[in-house]
Amino acid sequence: MSTDVYVSRDASALAVGAEATARAIATEAENRGIDMRIIRNGSRGMFWLEPLVEIVAPAGRIAYGPVRASDVPGLFDAGFVDGNAHALRLGAIEQNAFFSKQERLTFARVGVTDPLSTQDYEAHGGLRGMRRALGMGSADIVREVTESGLRGRGGAAFPAGIKWQTVQDTKSTQKYIVCNADEGDSGTFSDRMLMEGDPFVLIEGMTIAALAVGADRGYIYLRCEYPHAHAALKQAIASAYAAGWLGADVHGSGKRFDLEVRLGAGAYICGEETSLLESLEGRRGQIRFKPPLPAIKGLFGQPTVVNNVITFASVPIVLDKGAAFYRDFGLGRSRGTLPLQLAGNLKYCGLVEKAFGLTLRELLYDYGGGSATGRPIRAVQVGGPLGAYLPESQFDTPIDYEAFAAIGAMLGHGGIVAFDDSVDMAEQARFAMEFCAVESCGKCTPCRIGSTRGVEVIDRIIADKSRAGIDRGKNLALLSDLCDTLRHGSLCALGGLAPDPVRSAVQYFPEDFAPRTIA
Amino acid sequence: MNSTRAQTNPESSALPTPQTQRAVAAALVAWKDAPGALLPILHALQDAIGHIPPDALPLIAHGLNLSRAEVHGVVSFYHYFRTRPAGKHIVYLCRAEACQSMGARALEAHAKRSLGVDFHETSADGAVTLEPVYCLGNCACAPSLLVDGQLHGRVDAAAFDALIQTLGVHA
Repeated sequence: MSTDVYVSRDASALAVGAEATARAIATEAENRGIDMRIIRNGSRGMFWLEPLVEIVAPAGRIAYGPVRASDVPGLFDAGFVDGNAHALRLGAIEQNAFFSKQERLTFARVGVTDPLSTQDYEAHGGLRGMRRALGMGSADIVREVTESGLRGRGGAAFPAGIKWQTVQDTKSTQKYIVCNADEGDSGTFSDRMLMEGDPFVLIEGMTIAALAVGADRGYIYLRCEYPHAHAALKQAIASAYAAGWLGADVHGSGKRFDLEVRLGAGAYICGEETSLLESLEGRRGQIRFKPPLPAIKGLFGQPTVVNNVITFASVPIVLDKGAAFYRDFGLGRSRGTLPLQLAGNLKYCGLVEKAFGLTLRELLYDYGGGSATGRPIRAVQVGGPLGAYLPESQFDTPIDYEAFAAIGAMLGHGGIVAFDDSVDMAEQARFAMEFCAVESCGKCTPCRIGSTRGVEVIDRIIADKSRAGIDRGKNLALLSDLCDTLRHGSLCALGGLAPDPVRSAVQYFPEDFAPRTIA
Repeated sequence: MNSTRAQTNPESSALPTPQTQRAVAAALVAWKDAPGALLPILHALQDAIGHIPPDALPLIAHGLNLSRAEVHGVVSFYHYFRTRPAGKHIVYLCRAEACQSMGARALEAHAKRSLGVDFHETSADGAVTLEPVYCLGNCACAPSLLVDGQLHGRVDAAAFDALIQTLGVHA
């Protein structure tokens, strides 16, 4: 009888050697005459264990990791085909503390199934949301999404149902569904993991959106820095067409929905929805004035639903289990689950999907295990390059959109980047301004020019540290003034929020901007 | 665009090379009638010949009924599109925060020093072009590089040197 082995095809797993591991297993199995089927799944999101190998043994699915190619002969010698003991044996992933405490709704299949198998998708609950949606009127689908409390997971957290309602209410012969897969925030990889690990759930979510608002065409705008996700999506879309899940008659509904992936070209600003639409239309990714809202005048001037990957991918479970099921997770106005991403200087980096409400401290220490370097965690940036740097005194903030806004921070797309005490916060503040200068679309002067001036002022503050800081007060006042101008004089979040990491660095870590004391 | 004026521009006085003409023609055939065709066309062109040569711009502009300025504006807006040939391999080095927290600043300095280049430059032997990138989504295995479509995680100076060595062998 053939034995099934899972080795991830996730880009991060490949980045640490999963391909070589998979090849070594294939070779070893062949040499030993063992009939083995290697399934390339998504990642479980426990990246310190990648390359992770799971074998379907008599006792169930047993994990070993991290498995380097050189470990493979030893694993076979130890009888890993039967799930036997070995130094790398981890047991069942579901019983691992990092995994067992999670609430995986959106990521239910990621790392479990073969992401490109339509049969696997259906066998693990795929299409259940779609089937229920097909039996509902479009107004009922939108109501279900609204009542679930699902808010845009890209970062802005706008209620998805309200956006859909606006598109549904706007009369037009042509409407579009656009997926924002321009996941550019440092410290975030949940979109990537999902597109590589369960692309059909994104297709299903977008198709449900199309049925709900009456759109017949969709685009996934994917960043070109994600070649593995691109390949996975293209293959999944082709399979979805072949299965009748996309095309002229989706799921026998008589409705058409065509879906295509379009690649960005290395512009962070194209994650902003109006820049994204400009780029999709074939222009420079410069942001548009709002109003009109994209829901009313979006792609090619037509009503358009623009949502993030995780937002669309959360729709099938909402439709499958109902609004109340999803809404019962979370707290306050933050309902459901958020796939959080632990990144940077943490011992256990990975994906934690959990209902809103746990604290930053729990994530950093209970899940993340503290810093990778073993030094104290000094600063944490949540929500990407425009998110505030938070010191230890803020670590008890709960994961909740409003709680983060209340301390001048943002949850954004759920990326959490930890820094140990070797970080120089003046350098981080400088980088925030430099990044804004590199990535500004150029439309608003404060962002385009102010960011460069910001780099210069911070450079002067840094230079001043070694000469007693005589101009420090003057320069900090200028920097604060500049931050005000960016915040109030920019149309979008890039210029508007770039001051947040700068200001928080100055506020919480003033010693890094002060003159060095001479011993 | 006014053709006599275009001819006074030294950049456009040379006729497009046959290679450019073929690549642009193929990209236009594939995408011309698709809505928002410009980015896919530029991607197709860069995939085919490695960069977007200046002599391609009038051809693309003509094919899509755009001004050359519009096409130039798009090419120059996006970091990924390059107007000059790269070395045999492009090393995209992540500069973003998650990688910084795990030593990307030191890796960047090491990469520049060992290759003898700054960002956007190619090593003297023509083997490697170094480009910055702002996040490869490999933030759980930082610092990261993307080389010829292959992602590499937890890259330190030694791993970088080993990787460059393999590129040199295959260059």
